Order: sequence, then C-alpha cells, then structure tokens
Amino acid sequence: MAIQRKVMAYRRENGKVGVRNHVIILPVDDISNACVEKVAAMVPGTLPLPHAYGRLQFGEDLDLFFRTMIGTGRNPNVAAVVVIGIEPGWTQRIVDGIKETGKPVAGFAIEGRGDLQTATDAARVAQKFLQDASELQRTQCDFKDLYISVKCGESDTTTGLSSCPTVGNVLDKHCDAGYGSFGETSELTGGEHIVKAKAANKEVEAKFTAMFEDYQKLVFDQKAGTDLSESQPTKGNIAGGLTTIEEKALGNIEKLGKRTKFIDALKPAEEPKRGPGLYFMDTSSAAAEAVTLWMASGAVIHLFPTGQGNVIGNPVEPVIKISGNPKTVASMKEHIDHDVSAILRGEMTVDQAGDQLIDIIARTANGRLTCAEALGHREYVMTKLYRSA
Amino acid sequence: MIQFLVHDSAHDNVGVAVVDVKAGQELEGRDLVTNKVLKAKASMDIPLGHKIALKDFKVGDAVMKYSVDIGKVVKEIKAGDHVHVHNVKTKRWA
Repeated sequence: MAIQRKVMAYRRENGKVGVRNHVIILPVDDISNACVEKVAAMVPGTLPLPHAYGRLQFGEDLDLFFRTMIGTGRNPNVAAVVVIGIEPGWTQRIVDGIKETGKPVAGFAIEGRGDLQTATDAARVAQKFLQDASELQRTQCDFKDLYISVKCGESDTTTGLSSCPTVGNVLDKHCDAGYGSFGETSELTGGEHIVKAKAANKEVEAKFTAMFEDYQKLVFDQKAGTDLSESQPTKGNIAGGLTTIEEKALGNIEKLGKRTKFIDALKPAEEPKRGPGLYFMDTSSAAAEAVTLWMASGAVIHLFPTGQGNVIGNPVEPVIKISGNPKTVASMKEHIDHDVSAILRGEMTVDQAGDQLIDIIARTANGRLTCAEALGHREYVMTKLYRSA
Repeated sequence: MIQFLVHDSAHDNVGVAVVDVKAGQELEGRDLVTNKVLKAKASMDIPLGHKIALKDFKVGDAVMKYSVDIGKVVKEIKAGDHVHVHNVKTKRWA
C-alpha cells in the first residue's frame, strides 16, 4: 500500500520530484571556494557549497568525488547549477553529468582569468538562473515520488525504543511504492544477520555482505589496539546509556521497519536504479558525511532520529529530526521536529508516531522549513576514501 | 507510571529506564511485545536511558536485548544493578 497523499513540490525536467528550489554555486575544488563565495555574495539567494577536496584524487576516491559533485547538481531539490573550478576539464565533466537531467547548468574555469573576472561572468549567469528558478511553481505530486533517506545520530537507548521504530514504521508504509535508503555500514555490526535477512534476494545479500565485510576489514586494519569504544559507540551514545556497538546497531536497525526488504546495495552517493523500494547504501555513520552522500544520490528528505541531540542539517536535503528522549526534546527543542517521547510513557504507539511523521514529511515537502534549515545548518561534507596523490 | 521498558522480556535480561531511577525504588515496567506489566527493584541510581539488570549475571554471561546478544559481562552483576560500560564490553572489534 502506497501512502495515498499529495504534496506540492517541484517536478523537474527529468520527472523527478524535489521539495526545494535551490540555485547552487558549486566549486569543483577547494581552491575555487573563494570565487564561489564571491558569486553568492553578488547574487544573494543563490546557495554556495564550499568543500574541502577535489584536487589530485584518484581511483575509487575520485569516482566517489565525481558522483558526489554531479549528484549534488542532479538532486531534484536543485533548480539550476553554476559550477566553478580551477581548470576547465573537470569543471566540464561535472557540468556534463548534471546537464543530463535537463536543468540549467553552466561551468566556469578560473585559470587564465582570475577570481574576479570568473566571478563576474558566473554571477551574470547565476542571476539569470535565480530569476528563472523563482518563477517555477510547485505542482501537485504524489507523496510516493519523494525519495527519503534515513540515518540516526547521537543515539541512545531511547532511539531504539521510539524514534527509530517510528522511522521504520514510515518506511514500511512508504517503500511499497516509494524510494527509501538506509546505510551506516559499520553501525550494523552486531545486527548484520538481521540486515542480511532483509535482503530481497541472494544477489542483494551478497552485495551487502561484501560491503559490510570490507568495512569490518577497514576497522580491523586501522583500529590500533582498541575496540573503537568512544568512537563507535560515541561518547554521546555512552552518556545516553548505549554500552556496545551491538546494542547501538540493534537500535539503528529498528529504522528498517518490520517487513520491508531492501532491493539493492548502493555504492556511496550512487543513484537508486531498480525502481521504488528500500535501498542499502554503503556509508559511514558520521552524520554530515552520510547525509551528503544520500543527498548526492538524489534523496530529497532525510529522517534523522536522535536521542542525545544531534544538530545536523544539509544545505540541499531538508533533515527532519525525531526524538523520544524527554530530556532532549525539552532542552534542545529548537532542533527537534517530531517529539515522540509519549511512546516511552506508553501514551503513543509507534504506528501513531509514524502517521504523525508522514504528516510532517508532507508539510516539509510543501515548503515548511525544518528546524535545521531555520537554524542555518548547511553541513556539506565530502566522504574521502584515502589520501590524494 | 512506566519507569522501564523491555524490548522482549521472553528473551531479554535487561530493561531500559525511561525516567531517572533512584536506588531502592520499586519499578513498574512494560514488555514492548506483549505490553505485559513487569516489576523490578533498582539497587542503585540508574539515569534515564540506562539499563537495569533483570537477573543476576556472572562474568562471561551474555547480555540480551532485542532478543540479541549485545555484549559480555566483565564484572558480576546483581538483579537491579546498573548495566553499562563498567560491567559489560563489546564482543566485536576486540
């Protein structure tokens, strides 16, 4: 059963549905950030996305870099893109990847012209893109056309009791007809048998298992004599009562719902291509990195359960926070979009909390700002696999 | 008033305090699968979100939550005690 409701959203040139209408100014590399900021200063209303990488990367790390850059531009929450890089080659490669969607995109290279001339030329295009985007109208779209990603942070035992099952309830209701994605590869440790049992078939299970084992190997290769305590679980997790990675993983897995199977295992920032359903994505469990990867894969709304109070946001993909910790919803209420602490008091069921969350998702899709958006959280963080050349 | 929850009391041997609990307090809990009323007595202060032992544990015993093994006991635990990093460790990545 699909969720039978409509939202007012942006239907993009390629048919995908977005809930925001950003004109982004995207640097190809770290040294182009200053020029990007100049363009955004000249054309307020555009969204600059400075980041730390993009030079001398190679191999799988470079592939991930391009997927993230191109995927950011392709995200349906983005109306148009100005790309600025130090040299024209990689700049054009990113422009070409975004152009496939049919949305307006233009690239500019700094070498041979300098920041000021480049910024001036780019700002003229950015201004046109911004004015054109401001004329785009929200139209009636199906809720099921929203691609929703999920990941929790600063978890505690209340997330496994309340906010994560609430998200799982929404995925169970959404993913028959809609797109969803979960990940946090290392944070499934201790519950990997449960995740494997949720793979739709042997091929998907094998893909997931290979990614999971690869992450386990990374941990063992790099852990330097520790069991990762205080990193995984984090200090915040431990303060909230989580004792081991196994316990944290089992709470995390509550987000997957009770009956939904996942139909593919995606590389980081890879776009889902097997039609509606739930997808696993190979990500770290660091909030800003992981949400950036889902945004780059095309997700338009993120559901973020938290116990102790993670404050993360993303510049392109609105992040909806759900908490059942009665202390956090009181002490950090400006960060919490959905208070499900009544579940702990036995006054609300997970099913009711899920229905309320669907309502909040619809309102967010219609344009209501999330707490993180209102507070200016714009964490755009690249995942880097290893050192540059 | 509910003071602790158990994910599945048929298999789990710890509960989670959903309020700050004081030493000596008689507690009422719920099983999340059956909604059955459960009882326990706290032998020490247990902060909201932290675990309470529902039985005695010896060193090496498995702590069960969500019907799954979440770690090994490294220091003896009595029913009603606070269960956390001081007496339970991960079995993974060690």
